[in-house]
Amino acid sequence: MLEIKNLHVSVDNNKILKGLNLSVNKGEIHAIMGPNGSGKSTLAQVIAGRKEYKVNKGSIIYSNKKLLELSADERAKQGIFLAFQYPIEIPGISTTNFIKTAVNKIRVSKGKKPLDAVSFLKVMKEKMKIVKINQTLLSRSINEGFSGGEKKRNEIFQMAMLDPKLAILDETDSGLDIDALKIVAKGVNKLKSKNNATIIITHYQRLLNYIIPDYVHVLIDGKVVKSGDKNLAQELEKKGYDWIRA
Amino acid sequence: MNKDEQVLKQFTSKEYEHGWSVDLDVDQAPNGLNEDIIKLISKKKNEPSWLLKWRLDAFSIFKKMKSPNWANLKVNKIDFQKISYYSAPIQKSKLKSLKDADPELLKTFEKLGISLKEQERLSGVAVDAVIDSVSIGTTFKEQLSELGIIFCSFSEAVEEHPELIKKYLGMVVPKNDNYFAALNSAVFSDGSFCYIPKGVRCPMELSTYFRINAANTGQFERTLIIADDNSYVSYLEGCTAPMRDENQLHAAVVEIFAGENAEVKYSTIQNWYPGDKNGKGGIYNFVTKRGICYGDYSKISWTQVETGSAITWKYPSCILKGHHSKGEFYSVAVTNNYQQADTGTKMIHIGKNTKSKIISKGISAGFSQNSYRGQVRVMKRATESRNFSQCDSLLLGNNCGAHTFPYIDVENKSSIIEHEATTSKIGEDQMFYCLQRGIDEENAVALIVNGYAKEVFNQLPMEFSVEASKLLSLTLEGSVG
Repeated sequence: MLEIKNLHVSVDNNKILKGLNLSVNKGEIHAIMGPNGSGKSTLAQVIAGRKEYKVNKGSIIYSNKKLLELSADERAKQGIFLAFQYPIEIPGISTTNFIKTAVNKIRVSKGKKPLDAVSFLKVMKEKMKIVKINQTLLSRSINEGFSGGEKKRNEIFQMAMLDPKLAILDETDSGLDIDALKIVAKGVNKLKSKNNATIIITHYQRLLNYIIPDYVHVLIDGKVVKSGDKNLAQELEKKGYDWIRA
Repeated sequence: MNKDEQVLKQFTSKEYEHGWSVDLDVDQAPNGLNEDIIKLISKKKNEPSWLLKWRLDAFSIFKKMKSPNWANLKVNKIDFQKISYYSAPIQKSKLKSLKDADPELLKTFEKLGISLKEQERLSGVAVDAVIDSVSIGTTFKEQLSELGIIFCSFSEAVEEHPELIKKYLGMVVPKNDNYFAALNSAVFSDGSFCYIPKGVRCPMELSTYFRINAANTGQFERTLIIADDNSYVSYLEGCTAPMRDENQLHAAVVEIFAGENAEVKYSTIQNWYPGDKNGKGGIYNFVTKRGICYGDYSKISWTQVETGSAITWKYPSCILKGHHSKGEFYSVAVTNNYQQADTGTKMIHIGKNTKSKIISKGISAGFSQNSYRGQVRVMKRATESRNFSQCDSLLLGNNCGAHTFPYIDVENKSSIIEHEATTSKIGEDQMFYCLQRGIDEENAVALIVNGYAKEVFNQLPMEFSVEASKLLSLTLEGSVG
């Protein structure tokens, strides 16, 4: 589904990714771990199509398409979803309105009819249960004045609404208390299917107790330096990153 | 050219939707501004002699005044002698009802999406339609008159309710108020008149639709709204004009009077032709709008969505004379291409415990300049008064300008004034967030800008709020900060 080869990326002339390789198949969950500044979030932003990140070299193939040739909104329409590390506030636009626009833009791009208000609300009610988010929150301006936990849950709610093929969760666990973490993890597990894939970016092994990854990759200095299964995460938790570097 | 610039360019080339004109047989006065023209206008309207004298006084005041130059605007010199001050579509006879109106005229308004057919009551809005210098018809007149509400063209009011005109004309905007108000007082042609009697709550929105059609003319309408004690009215105004290469002048005056405990809501969606993308043509919009909260506990609320005109010079204001009276000003002003807007409000606190609120949202794109200019003045006796002002500017692109000129003048110690101002660009983060959810650039900008203007749109009556939101999206489609 996703094939990243020898990816080199820079931001403001700082080289961040230096020859990254990653291969993700349908139905898999991949965890990407690594110390601060190793390039984890950059990877997420590049896959999602942020323009400020300059790809100097390498390729990303996604569902047989050259991903780097697509604009960010086209990528979203092709099923790529990024749960933001720091979700953005947009004053005056309710989450409901925002996500309805998004859902319908994506539907129309696939040749489907846009959902009318009634059917949209029906779908929304269903998906709200997955992350235990309430209607009041969704009718407020998106992310404005939301608590950290509410923002993260809102991201997973949007993910549920958009039903992506490839979801990237960028440090969705940071800033969550244990209860919120469980809710988010439960949501992600519920949305998992044999047709979609998830990339989880995290500092800590904690989230991986609730979402069991098929693969764990360690990213250091812009490269994947070690890959393994869930046990690797536990090992990292105990030993830190230095033993890999050395 | 990078993509942002391309998208920006794409939207700046958006065409004006109402730029067509129709061929109507017109009765048009020769170009030029002089006493004979003023006498001609007055005669055509069968005006009483006091009104002619009033006009001529205004004209002599106008001749002594100079065009104001304090606004942050570059205005080509206006040649007042090259303008025709009266142009009226010729109608077969005096209309008894709209059914007798020239179908060509009715079609003109239908094309604008305004149906004047009285049977279409579903819309629930009474409309006075003004084309060039005359009103061509007012709907729902009979139903309104059953409640004692007078809603008619200004000319008709002069003939049928001269005592009201004589009492209120120039009360809020005196003929020597400013250059353009003096000009208007001399040559005003038509406009709307509305009187809500004591204790009556007007059951429907009243609305005037202004259309400039003829070339080389100016539109100088005059609107007078009187809300007697304990009454309420919500009033709307819309306007469009054909695309023409020359600048056309629109110098209107609106006066509002609110008696004790009366409330007037005045909403404007201004969509005059803004000129082409190189700044050629467009309406010069020099308008004086002012209301007086005369009685205690009265309230006047201005809401404006300004998207059109090459130049907008406009400061809808409130004189808060009655104790505990309230003035509000909600504004969204959008400028694009080479448009210039210098707009804002004046809140003059005279009565005790008076309150005012100013919410101004400026949006500039292209090479446009957008200024907020506002004055809050609290007189010595206006104790315990309050004002809250919030002036936000949003810039789209790097070639436009946003400016804020607040003037605050407080003469007593018990009043509280708050002023907040922000200038922002549409954030890259906000754009990316929308894009990542599958919303393309054009829609993302529309979404963000509409969110930004929402506080003001919420003040508009429902169906106009939708129209305003569409208009805003249309004007700004595709712009990226």
